[in-house]
Amino acid sequence: MESKLFNLSLSLKVIVGISIILWAFIALFPLLWVFIMSIKLPIDSFAANPLNVIIGPNTLKQVGGLSFINLIFLCFSIYIYFKFFKSRQHYFLKINNLTNNKLISFLLLVLIFIALFLVLFLFFNTHIANFLNNIFEYIPFLKILSKPLIGFTTQHFIAVWSENEFYIQFLNTALVTLGVVSISLTVGTLAGYALSRSSSVIAFWLLVAALVFRALPHSVLVTGYLELFIDYGLYGKKIAVIILLVAINQPFTIWMLRSFFMNIPQDLDEAAQIDGCNPFQAFWMVIMPLMWPGVITTGLFSFLLAYNDYLVCALLLDGQSQTMVPAIMQYFNMETTMTDLVESIAAAASITLPLFILVMFFQKQIVSGLTQGSVKG
Amino acid sequence: MNKKTFLIFTMPSFMMMVFFIAIPLFLVFFQSFHFKQDILEIVEREKCDPFGCKTEILKVPVLDEKGNRTKINIWVGWQNYKNILQFEELNSIIKNNGYSWSAIQSIDFYQALRFTITFTFITLPFVIIFGMCLALCVNNLVNRLKGPVIFITLLPFIITPVIGSLSIKWLFIGDGIVTSLLEYILDKDIAIFAKAWSIELLVLFYRIWHTTPFAFVIFYAALQTVDKDRIEAAFVDGANRFQRFRYIVIPHIMPLIVFVTLIHLMDAYRVYDEIVGFGAEGFLNSLQWMTYDFLRLDDSGSRYIGRASATSMLTMIGIVIILIPVLRRVFREQKEKKN
Repeated sequence: MESKLFNLSLSLKVIVGISIILWAFIALFPLLWVFIMSIKLPIDSFAANPLNVIIGPNTLKQVGGLSFINLIFLCFSIYIYFKFFKSRQHYFLKINNLTNNKLISFLLLVLIFIALFLVLFLFFNTHIANFLNNIFEYIPFLKILSKPLIGFTTQHFIAVWSENEFYIQFLNTALVTLGVVSISLTVGTLAGYALSRSSSVIAFWLLVAALVFRALPHSVLVTGYLELFIDYGLYGKKIAVIILLVAINQPFTIWMLRSFFMNIPQDLDEAAQIDGCNPFQAFWMVIMPLMWPGVITTGLFSFLLAYNDYLVCALLLDGQSQTMVPAIMQYFNMETTMTDLVESIAAAASITLPLFILVMFFQKQIVSGLTQGSVKG
Repeated sequence: MNKKTFLIFTMPSFMMMVFFIAIPLFLVFFQSFHFKQDILEIVEREKCDPFGCKTEILKVPVLDEKGNRTKINIWVGWQNYKNILQFEELNSIIKNNGYSWSAIQSIDFYQALRFTITFTFITLPFVIIFGMCLALCVNNLVNRLKGPVIFITLLPFIITPVIGSLSIKWLFIGDGIVTSLLEYILDKDIAIFAKAWSIELLVLFYRIWHTTPFAFVIFYAALQTVDKDRIEAAFVDGANRFQRFRYIVIPHIMPLIVFVTLIHLMDAYRVYDEIVGFGAEGFLNSLQWMTYDFLRLDDSGSRYIGRASATSMLTMIGIVIILIPVLRRVFREQKEKKN
């Protein structure tokens, strides 16, 4: 009876299927298109016929492209990568048995994934595949397999990262996000813990104040200190941006961490204190080990805030100290030729890639973070 | 937890918020009554090129002995607000054209206000309805497909807003793929980035695309906690699918609809990244963008801190008005808890 109740009629099933496919297309298409455009010559990137953009006849003629063999290799590598990715839990446990430290084994696992990525896509897919291409070219009937089918060029990525020194901006972004995440979490966990264990009037007012601060437009906070920062030589220094972003992020952080701490029963701290821990020891040795999922989730959102920020960085940094997102806009404003435009598309694709990987690895944490704040808040 | 440990634990976060949120707010309030600017002098400079000489008039900052820019900082009362609100001009516009929105919008502030408010309230129902539909659809999907669909859905939400709007812009610019398609279908030239209304539509679309996943995730999680027995009971009582949704599911997730509304109002009210990403500053203007525009260096190398502060204050009045109903609810709940 239950299965019948929750099953859909055929017409509803069709509607559900169509809407999901439509949504997936709308959600994915703009992002996917950016990647496709970034590996084509400008003349193909902005061709009127979508097939020309995908296949890229001019790119094929002038630069070359991927042959059937390349495509097979690509599909195979993606398959291997996902296969490996799906059993990450298993590998994590194996490494953990060796190192006995969760943090180190997690970092090791990430390193292995990066190494695998590099080997698969920068060696296996290029050198070995090209080697095979060269061999097949001399075999009469299999020649067709090595004929380029889809136009492909990495020249825009190379131009962005080496000629235009985009790695400087990448390092700046890395520093800013690292600073924001670590300071936010340190300050936020302490406060979130205290707020979850207290029902006093001060705690209530602090939370309400945080809620109001959460609503403030970020430009307001920059307005207050911009003049002072410039006068005291903090303009163009990353520390100013980090501090402001931590402050902007703080209300959100303490709300989210508080709701995660609420899930950990209060009996635990009491038990720890009876066993002779002072409050700080109870927090650090008993509660924190249980809190890592919550901390990782909150860290993810702090990372996103810092990584995606445009306003604060654009106002407080310039030139060599600029982060990636404002830098790409300057790039875009300077654009004069089609090549510049496609290069900025390649830069945009490079900024998006880490976020892709982030969602892949942390999908569960992101979902739990979003729902956590709402259910408890 | 006793008071002392509570204070020690919350102190760093509290300090952070006092020093970098509360004090800046006071500074903004204070600055909004001041005129603070580099002193500029007008210099005539002769510029020669192969085709002859021209005299240019330039504004150059005055430097003191150490080579720093000299600044003035004077109390101007409400002048900054007057410069932004431009009541006299508003009066004359109303006198000449009557209460026509299009005429009033020639003043930057009113245009920004109009756009920010319509943007906030038009996107809201779309985000909630689309988020809900998507949650219902995914909820009825085969288990194996749920993960990949959620992965795809999260992407628009997680992406850098500026880059996201750029990626949509590239589809719609002069020779972008969607424009080409539309031109092919309609058989006429289309220039989306030449008209204010078409850019505005695109900006609205972007925000809905960007925020629907957030609403979806919240609603989807809430749907998992709906009491199945109640739905079954309703089914036995003869309620059809729509009635079960209307009278059981909706009341159950009502608090979360309120939550999504609140967060969306807060976030949409500070709309800014879209204007940067779409390069729409010539056509559109939001409150936060106005502040940003005053804060960045203009051609003569100065910033209008006073006016930026005044705009910030006006922006904050708006956010307080939006938050009042929420805060009243919070206080009511707190009172009930005490009694």
